Order: sequence, then structure tokens, then C-alpha cells
Amino acid sequence: MSNVNITIDGINVAVPAGSTILQAAKELGIYIPTLCYLKGINEIGACRICVVEVKGAKALVAACMYPVNEGMEIFTHTPKVMSARRATLELILSNHPANCQTCDRSTNCELQAVANKLGVRDIRFEGETVNATIDAGVSIVRDNNKCILCRRCIAACKNIQTVGVIDAVNRGFKTTIASPFEMPLGETPCVNCGQCIVVCPTGALRERNSVDEVWAAINDPDKYVVVQPAPAVRAGLGEEFGYPIGTPVTGKMATALRRLGFDRVFDTDTGADLTIMEEGTELLHRIKNGGTLPLITSCSPGWIKFCEHQYPEMLDNLSSCKSPHEMFGAVIKSYFAEKEGIDPAKIVTVSVMPCTAKKFEAQRPELGKDGLADVDIVITTREFAQMVKDAGIDFASLEDSDFDNPFGNASGAAVIFGATGGVMEAALRTVADILNGDSAKDVEFEAVRGVDDIKIASVEAGGMTIRAAVAHGLGNARKLLEKVKSGEEELHFIEIMACPGGCVTGGGQPIQPASVRNWIDLREERAKALYSEDKAAFVRKSHENPAITNLYKEYFGEPGSHKAHELLHTHYVARGKYQK
Amino acid sequence: MFKTIADMHAIREAKKADLMIRLDEKATPTAEGGRMHVLVCAGTGCTSSNSAKIIEHLNDMVHEKGLENEIKIIKTGCFGLCAEGPIMMIYPDHVMYTRVDIEDVDEIFKSHIVGGQVVTRLLAGTDEKHKAHNAMGSMEFFSKQHRIALRNCGAINPECIDEYIAKDGYLALEKALTEMTPAGVIDLVKASGIRGRGGAGFPTGLKWSFAAPQVADQKYVACNADEGDPGAFMDRSILEGDPHSIIEAMAIAGYAIGANQGYVYVRAEYPIAVQRLGLAIEQAKKYGLLGKNILGTGFDFDLEMRLGAGAFVCGEETALMTSVEGHRGEPRPRPPFPAVKGLFGKPTVLNNVETLANIPVIMLKGADWFNSMGTEKSKGTKVFAVGGKINNVGLVEIPMGTTLREIIYDIGGGIPGGKAFKAAQTGGPSGGCIPASHLDTPIDYDSLVAIGSMMGSGGLIVMDEDNCMVDIAKFFLEFTVDESCGKCPPCRIGTKRMLEMLEKICEGKAGPNAIEDLEDLAKAIQASSLCALGQTSPNPVLSTLRYFRDEYVAHVVEKRCPAGVCKNLLTFSILPEKCVGCSACSRKCPVNAISGELKKPFVIDPNKCIKCGVCMDTCKFDAIIKK
Repeated sequence: MSNVNITIDGINVAVPAGSTILQAAKELGIYIPTLCYLKGINEIGACRICVVEVKGAKALVAACMYPVNEGMEIFTHTPKVMSARRATLELILSNHPANCQTCDRSTNCELQAVANKLGVRDIRFEGETVNATIDAGVSIVRDNNKCILCRRCIAACKNIQTVGVIDAVNRGFKTTIASPFEMPLGETPCVNCGQCIVVCPTGALRERNSVDEVWAAINDPDKYVVVQPAPAVRAGLGEEFGYPIGTPVTGKMATALRRLGFDRVFDTDTGADLTIMEEGTELLHRIKNGGTLPLITSCSPGWIKFCEHQYPEMLDNLSSCKSPHEMFGAVIKSYFAEKEGIDPAKIVTVSVMPCTAKKFEAQRPELGKDGLADVDIVITTREFAQMVKDAGIDFASLEDSDFDNPFGNASGAAVIFGATGGVMEAALRTVADILNGDSAKDVEFEAVRGVDDIKIASVEAGGMTIRAAVAHGLGNARKLLEKVKSGEEELHFIEIMACPGGCVTGGGQPIQPASVRNWIDLREERAKALYSEDKAAFVRKSHENPAITNLYKEYFGEPGSHKAHELLHTHYVARGKYQK
Repeated sequence: MFKTIADMHAIREAKKADLMIRLDEKATPTAEGGRMHVLVCAGTGCTSSNSAKIIEHLNDMVHEKGLENEIKIIKTGCFGLCAEGPIMMIYPDHVMYTRVDIEDVDEIFKSHIVGGQVVTRLLAGTDEKHKAHNAMGSMEFFSKQHRIALRNCGAINPECIDEYIAKDGYLALEKALTEMTPAGVIDLVKASGIRGRGGAGFPTGLKWSFAAPQVADQKYVACNADEGDPGAFMDRSILEGDPHSIIEAMAIAGYAIGANQGYVYVRAEYPIAVQRLGLAIEQAKKYGLLGKNILGTGFDFDLEMRLGAGAFVCGEETALMTSVEGHRGEPRPRPPFPAVKGLFGKPTVLNNVETLANIPVIMLKGADWFNSMGTEKSKGTKVFAVGGKINNVGLVEIPMGTTLREIIYDIGGGIPGGKAFKAAQTGGPSGGCIPASHLDTPIDYDSLVAIGSMMGSGGLIVMDEDNCMVDIAKFFLEFTVDESCGKCPPCRIGTKRMLEMLEKICEGKAGPNAIEDLEDLAKAIQASSLCALGQTSPNPVLSTLRYFRDEYVAHVVEKRCPAGVCKNLLTFSILPEKCVGCSACSRKCPVNAISGELKKPFVIDPNKCIKCGVCMDTCKFDAIIKK
């Protein structure tokens, strides 16, 4: 694309045609504050914080949206600009509770950051303020008192996820973000993915906090508390402690969990390897026996609820496998409890997840046995980081350590579960070996990696071609499913992750502000951490994880066995969109 | 039913002859047209004062007497003299009756329609001079007007496509399609100098010329009939009185820019307009004036209506298009402009109703004819909806450059009760208040902006000495606060805070910096709001601050409302020297705040008084004052 010549604050610069003023200013190291703008997700020019003066334009323009033209003269900090920005910010603050100290997002709040950058020290305006009731669901808590109506959550929910259970209602000062008929979000087709939370600039959206429950369990001498962190947690956790994005912190994470007082520190990766054994077997069984195809992965609870609401006719396509942490929870309360001689009723299983939908999933009545839930408490990566801070642990100074026996460390295939395409790649490694009857050296399936909306691959193995597809983000999932339904795509196996990018950018991961997300792709950066761990892993295939082969030998017999079905598989519920 | 050009000419000629008696008293009536046309306004204003019943009753009587072939009862659009409705006009006599009651109909029928004797007591006009001969042309209300956009309102039956055709309707479309290139049409519209009548006054031809060269598989023409300024109703009247002119103009615009689909976005609160436009679209489709191969020329153009739910912001072009697309009506930043990326992301021309109503006439009479009217940069005429403290409340169309004084005193008949003029508010909630010192400013787009107001869609509200300008600003802010869409904070929160500041000022609770803070906030909102609604929302405040700052100061500093409007700042008291002690006020007082002994001066207890003013209205001796 050709360049255009413009001047910003008197400095000449050539930038690609079609750039916005915001992008052009970035080239010159000029900071223009933003609030509503989130690249690729929410580009609506609503908040008016990024206004700048363009010579010849009547009013100030929004830098985030305004395209540059040849010869354009832009001024980013004239008195008019600065007083307008300040007035707008003061107006927003005049309708925002000033209880920053106790807010979930204190020090990680974009409103606070902009107020600080603009040096707002006084709020000239006062008057009526919003007075909203808090909607606290199993996964997500909405506090409209803190909402600044940037609409990012709507964009994430409606445009990216095509779930659309929140939108703006009423007009003017009475405008709020509401669910349909003002129902609690939990009673709507909300899938609890939490993408609204990770795009929220303030504390208006957050996860339901379960930290106190975990502390209570740890401090209860009658309880045996077992923890398992998901693969993606290690790719994001470091950000909470100042590490660059994409730094894997697996060893420190295991140490930190042990320091917090958990009785056993296992890894959900073990559950992921187990999932591959069961799901791979299920796939081959369906292919061989004319079962319902394509088989669709069931690891992502956001996707599962989406399917139950939006595609109930496709529930038979879902793998009957429980998600990895649920499988592992079931193993802990059966095999592990028996092996260690612990009463399963005294075991508390805690999952550290990059996910808010897992909180809802853990409460599903079908995911448990004899009145005991497979997983008792789910906390997000963020809540885990909060516990580490609560406990006064200096994360950076921790030694690395391994996960506890009898499961120890899992395979590289399991660790990439956290990135889009990872489950597919892990499954293909195992399925191809089984079909080919050997152990392939080349284990990397590049075609299913990366952040393209939908990835499709054909894999030759054992004389057959497996047609596989990967979709991440529910909007992309919807697109893919429509192609499957229309017959445009004929597939054997589909991986769907509810969150764009997969679990690394899940709704429970550390929140990066737009000032970061507008310039780097978080999905790619965090995925790097997982692929590097895979590359370095001693075992890179699920079926070669000795803990797994041992588990089948000692307990389940073989994948898909009766016992496996009893403990590791589940069923789904067709849900209407609005039941009331 | 598809009409060729020849068919259209035949219809036009035949119907013209039928309608001749409305133009010429001496015309020979046709068999088809009958000897007398009784036109009754069926616009919203007259309909709400019972004109539908009047029409029904007239029809019944005609039927009863078997006069169907002689006497034609015709419902029309608005005559503009809404305060005097229901209006009835009888041709070929050129007699206008006003404030016709259902009880008067028998008399008019017997005496005038059958007997040929004019019912003088119902004649239009306020004085004898008017009553002597009150044809539309000679009444002062009409004589200073120049009706182009309103040309057919009150003149034809809007539900009869043939009457429109008789008034050279669809001739402009024929001319465009058969004699002109699309570029030629755009050049003509450009040369006429017409600017958008919806508010901002953007040159219409230029707008069309931006959309024409865009390459796209689909383009659209849209009509903005989401008239939202309080008190403005010219667009409604045009749709009610002359819907075909809009259809014709949109087809012409479609031809000019290469669009074959149009949308009219009209508010659902205009049921008559919606019904008539819907009927007109149906009729035009039947005649093949919409649809495929119009007039056999190969040009296709279709039209649909979209009903708006009544949000003021949906009059803003990007919000309107968002609403047509089926979303919550909210504006979006420009660029991209609609001409490039409009409805459904396609190049779109969006014109206001009144703008479009001018187009067929410009096409037929030429650019020079049109641009000979008006001022240097504002050509043609403008329709104003005149209301407030004025005698002739209604709709007037005047050449650009007419002064406020002419509108208010000559056409509008002055201010009731001989009160003094204080200000005129133009442009609705986006406009400003113009003081007496500018009464002689020739009105056009640019002069209004220069004096801190704007044309807007042409609402004109007159205020007299009894109006408090702070209260007026507050009134308009209340409207804006209600109508802000809520998308951007300057408008969503800023207008609310401005209103809260004004409320404090009116209640006497404002601090010493109130005026400066208000002004600062107003300027910030003006500079940084997303759309024109927000950017112009401070205008009522800024213009009253500009011309009536002393009233603000009186409220803030002296805690006094000079016009005696702001209740919290008023005290009602009884002048003992005037009070005769009749006790009338005390008996009417709803809160028993007045007491006294008969035949001695009464007193008002200020702690009980709720300042309702009933005592003042009751007193026959002017003994009660407020200050």
C-alpha cells in the first residue's frame, strides 16, 4: 500500500494510506489516550477520549477511527484538545464510583490509567449517578455502577462470539448494558466465556471470586486439597508478576501452588493426555463404525454451552469425553483416592483455569459421582495470582519444581491444549500413530496452528485421510458449523474453543489493557510459551506418557472401557434460548 | 396498468381540465370534474380538530342529494394555517372557511354549496379587508409566502395520483429519464444551489455528485422523514399533502446516482403520513412509476418505507441508516461518509423530505428560476413551522432572506396580547435563541449560524416578555437529555450535567461560578461529541448566554427570575392598597396560604404558598403581584 505524508504536531511523517490517526501518531511515539477502542473488536469512536484537532475539520475527531489523508495536519495536544479530553474524562468520572482501593481492577484499570495520564486531579462536575444492582452469576459478575459504556463487552459478546446476550438499552443518561429482559445473565444463553471480562476497561465485569473458598479448604485440617492448573495458566500467569507476555512459568507455578498449602499439586495436562486417549479412541470408533461425524471436541465449556443453546441438534456430534480437568478430578477422587487410601469425600479438588466457564461447568450435576463433584472449586489464573500475592510470595524468587507423583509431568501434546489447534494437534499425533501402527518422529502439525479464523487440514494416516478443522471464537465456530450443516465441508474431526486464540486468551487469564492489545496479538504471544514447552518436552505424545499407560494398566484397562465411560465421559443437555 | 409516456400525458391533460376550476373562476367545469370542489384539510392538525367527520358529513349530504357528479368533496393536505383549522376551501369561488365546526357543515352546505351564498361568519381572516375577498393569494398569511415545497399541499388530493400528475407530477422524472443524462441531472441540481433542508444545509447537488462516481453493486437513495424537532412539522405535511413529489424526487435521485432502491425512513408517530405515502407508493407501482422499466425507459427503481420508533437521534444520517439496517439507532463516526459507505455499507444519498419536494420543480423550471430566489448562498425557499407566542401558528414557506420581522409580524400576525417580542428560537433543540436586535436579519443558513443559531429543519418558536430565557434553555436541554442516544460521554453525561446546572440556577441554588462552569462544559460538549446532536446540544445554552446573560446573572447572583417564571425564585404577595378584601383568592388557593378579614387586605403566607398563580388569575383588582 502506498504512503501518505502528514504532519502531527508539526512533525512530518509518511504512513501507510488507510492508517488511522492513532496508528500514525504511534509511529512518532505520540501517546493518544483511548478508552473504548480495542483493535479488531470495538472500533466505534464512542468515548471521545482520543479526540484530536485536524486542520479544517469543524469539530474534534476521534483518532482511533479517523483515516489519514495526504497533507493532513493533526494536532494532538492543543488547549482545545486537552480541555475537551479532560472534560469528557471528568464527566465519566462524575458518574463512576470513586472506590478504586477496593476494586478488583485497581492498578489494572484503564479508566484509572487514563485519568492518571491526563493528570485529572479534580472533578468539576457532579450530579445524579447510576445506581445499578449487581448481577452475580456462577461465573460472571456484572456491576453496572462501574460501567463506562465503552461497549467493548457488547462487541465481544455479539460480534466476536455471536452470543449477544448483552446490549445497550435505554437512552441518554439512562443507557445501561443489559441482558435480555434484564434477566440474570446466568439465565440467558450466556456461555460464561468471560470474553466480556477480559475486554472490560474497568471493574464492571469480573469473575465470581472463589479465593476465600480455596483458603477455607486449605485451612481445614479435615480436607485433602488437590490442585491442578490448566495448560494455558503457565502461559499467562507470569504477566501478573511482571514477566513479558509469552513467558512460560510452569516450574515456579508448581512451587507457588505448593507454597500456598495445597496437599498435592498435579497438572491438568495429565487430564489432557487422558482426554486424547479417550477422544482419539472415540474418533476411531466412530469412523470405523459409522458413528456421528464430525466428532467435535468437548474441552471448552463455553463451546459446550453454546452448542447446547444454539446447536442442540448437533449434541450427538460432541465427544462424550469430559473436559480434561473434569476427567482428572474424577481420577483424583477414584483411582488416586483408592491408591492413597483417602476418603474421596474429604478430597477437595481445585482447578486453576484460564477460564470462567469452568466455574459453571464444575457445577453441572452430571459431572460427579455419588454426590461428589469431580471438581469442587474453580479459580481463574487471576484469582490464583491474587492468592500468591495474598500469601506474600515473591513469585520471581521461586525455584522451579515438578508436579507431584504419581502423575508427575505430562506430555508436550497436553501442554499445547492451551492454544487454538492444540487439542487437534495432540489428537492427530496419537491417532496417526495408532492408524500407522508406529511412532512418528515428526509430530508437528503446522496446518492447525496459528490464529486464522478457521483452519482445515487433511492428514493421511493408515491408508485413510482424516479431514480435520479448527475454529476458535464462537463466531468462527458458528461459521464452521454452518458449513458443516450445509454440506460445504465434510469433516471427521473438529476442534472448537470458545475463546478467540483458545485458552491462552481465555476469560480467566490476566487482563491486558487495550494499550497493549492494540499493538500486539496476545493470542500469538501467549501461544509461543506453550509451543516452546512442547518442543522441550521429553514426551510429546499423550499415549507415550508413562503415567497414562500406567493408569490404564492399573485402573481403566483400555480407552473407552466400561470404567472409563463411567468416570471419564458425560452427556449434554439441549437448552432452549430463553426458557422463561 | 403500466403507463407509457403517452398514457401519462393523456391522464395529465384530462385531469388538468377537471382541476381547472381550482385555478380559474371562469373555467368551464368538466363532466368528470364537476362544477364545485370542496377541499377540506385532512392533515394531522385539522384531522385532530375533527375534519374527518366534516368530510364524512359533506359526503353524506352530497350523496343524499344525489349531487355526486356536481360537487366533489376532496380531502387535501395542510394549508399551513393550522391555528385556524379545520380549513375548508371552496372552488371555483375561492372561498376559505376557517375553524369550521361539524355543526357549521349543514349551513355551509345549504347556503353556499347548494345555494351559492357565502357564509360570511366563517370566512378566513381576522379583519374585514380579508373577509371581503379571502382567496389564498390575497390573505397576508399567504401573500408573502412562496409555496414550492408546499405547492400541492392544500391544493390536491394526496391520495389521488392523477391529481398529482395533473399538476405536472412525474413530468420531471420523464424529463430526466428521456432527455437528460445522470450527470446532467446532477449538474442541474448543483446549479440550482439548493442545500439540504434537514438541518446542516449541505449542497444537495454536491452530495449527489459524491455518490454518483462510486463503483458498487448496489447503491441507495434514502429519504429522511424522521422529523424530530419539537414543533416542526413541514416534512409531515409534505408527506401528508403531496407524497408523490417525494417518490418522484427519489426516483430522479436514483437515476442521477445510479441507485435502484430507495428507503423512506418515516416516524411511526406520523400515521397519516405513513398511510398516504404507503398508498402513493402502491399507486406509483401500479402505474409502473416505481419498479422495473419505468415509463418504458429501462430505468428500474423501487421504494420501501421503514418506520422509526421516534428517537430524535435517528434524524442524524448515520443513526438513521443504522436504524434502517435494523440496529439500535446510534450514530457512527464519519468518515466514511454515506456517499461512500452508507446503508448496508453501500454508497447512499440521504435527503430530507423538504429538499426532495423541491427537486421536481427545479427539474421542470430550471436552475436559474430556482436560484433567482433567496440569498447569495441560500437559494430558493424554506418552510418554517411557526409556533409559540404568535397569532398565526402554522406552516409558512418563504424565500430565503426574508427577515424574522416579516415572518413574525406580517405572515405570523404578531404576538398575542400585544406583548413585546423577546426572542425567536430556530433550529429546534440544536438551534439558538435570536434576540430582538436581529429581527431584521435576512434569514438564511449562514446568517443564522453567524448569530449563534441554525436553520435546523425550520422550527421557529416565538417568545415574548413573559418567557424566562434560562427556563427556555432548560426546556431544550430536557429534550436533549431525553433524546441523547447514550453512545458518547460528552452528550450522554454532559447534557445531563448541563441540565442539572440549569436546574440549580433556576432554583437559586447555583454557586458563584455556575455561569462559567456551564459555559466551559457547553464548549467541551460542542467540541467533542460524536454526532451533530451532541455537538449542537449546547446551542440553546450558548445562545441564551450570548444574548441574555443578564438573566443568568439575575438568577445566580440576585436569586431573581426577571420574567417571573422560575417558581423557586418568586414570591407572590398582595398589594394592600389594591386589595378590597373580597376573599376570592383565598377561596381558590389550593393550599390555604391566603388569609384575612373580609373587606380588609388579605395576606399570603410565603411558607405555605406553592406559587401556582391561581390567586393572581382569580384577582379582579390586580392586587396580587409576583416578583
